[in-house]
Amino acid sequence: MYNFNYHRAGSVDEAVALMAKASDGRFLAGGHSLLPTMKQRLAQPTDLIDIGRIAALNGVKTESNAVVVGAATPHAEVNASAKAIPALMALAAKIGDPHVRHRGTIGGSIANSDPAADYPAALVGLGATVKTNKRTIAADDFFKGLFETALSDGEMVVSVSFPKPEAAAYMKFPQPASRFALVGVFVARTSGGVRVAVTGAGPSVFRVKAMEDALKAKFTPDAIKGITVPAKGLNSDIHGSAEYRAHLVNVMARRAVAAAA
Amino acid sequence: MTIAVAMKVNGKAVSGQVEARTLLVQFLRENLRLTGTHVGCDTSQCGACVVHINGKAVKSCTTLAAQADGTEVTTIEGLARDGKLHPMQEAFREHHALQCGFCTPGMVMSAIDMLRRIPRPDEATIRHELEGNICRCTGYHNIVKAIQAAAKVMGG
Repeated sequence: MYNFNYHRAGSVDEAVALMAKASDGRFLAGGHSLLPTMKQRLAQPTDLIDIGRIAALNGVKTESNAVVVGAATPHAEVNASAKAIPALMALAAKIGDPHVRHRGTIGGSIANSDPAADYPAALVGLGATVKTNKRTIAADDFFKGLFETALSDGEMVVSVSFPKPEAAAYMKFPQPASRFALVGVFVARTSGGVRVAVTGAGPSVFRVKAMEDALKAKFTPDAIKGITVPAKGLNSDIHGSAEYRAHLVNVMARRAVAAAA
Repeated sequence: MTIAVAMKVNGKAVSGQVEARTLLVQFLRENLRLTGTHVGCDTSQCGACVVHINGKAVKSCTTLAAQADGTEVTTIEGLARDGKLHPMQEAFREHHALQCGFCTPGMVMSAIDMLRRIPRPDEATIRHELEGNICRCTGYHNIVKAIQAAAKVMGG
């Protein structure tokens, strides 16, 4: 890992100001995506701005209709505290391993937009809203592609607000070594309809409209039995072909519906 | 850029001047000469580098020394008291929960953290909880037995 300038920010405003002064800065929360990337020299920032100890970014708040998670909240804390949305709690418990969950954060995960990360499925599946230091962004508009988000230069995730669903579940087929999702499907039934979000399968999280429509009419696993996604454009690697992932999308979606129903 | 870091390691105040990129495990091993914490994979997979920061298990190969500044760190060297092994260490010895021993410091630190969160885990839970620790000798069977035995001794 190349050396860099390290700054610890005491507040969101200070972090944003430090970032504005850096020539090629990155925010550091838990560092569980960023530090491995820097070790491999896939990223070489000049400055790291440590936001991990900003109190305002830490913690899970339960509101009447939503659960709001601070950007620097570790996965273990979401697993312990997001009781109002059990599917979100359960998803957090499936990320990495216990040690990773003590350090890795929701803000770091979504800002990285790894195609196989779990949180993007929860954000899109629940129709969450991302709050940054500048604006709010709907989850549907946040994830733009492979390691790409709607965040502009120097923009920082502050929190994520998850509306409470009527019923929801996340089912993941993990890659056995890394625990990342080979395919993960988050299904939620809300007052506004049904949402089906898929991670791991494509370059970025995506929704399956045909499944959502079928589930809106009838929320049972059988309702989507025949609905498949095309393999074209899906990820293909040594762990699974695009065709295999396409098949898993349907299997995981049906299991998620069964778990949520 | 170099920075000053200060923390408590195994109950003792320590400090140092390090490059910003210094990992916690490097600070422990190279600056403090606490070589009980091992570097296995250096890619957050194997868990040989697990230490406790403020009582929680973390991978010290994926944590900057700067991020541990001002915290309390416990390493494998900090477990024994007055020449007496920690009950988890004693259980590992009693049940021969090691073959080559390389993964052992991380296994012991992870196992203590596991029992902090889940005082009486069953066998399946222990195996699942150990997903962040790899034993290349594949000596998991006795490790699981040791953790079960330690859970009884530690009064969970």
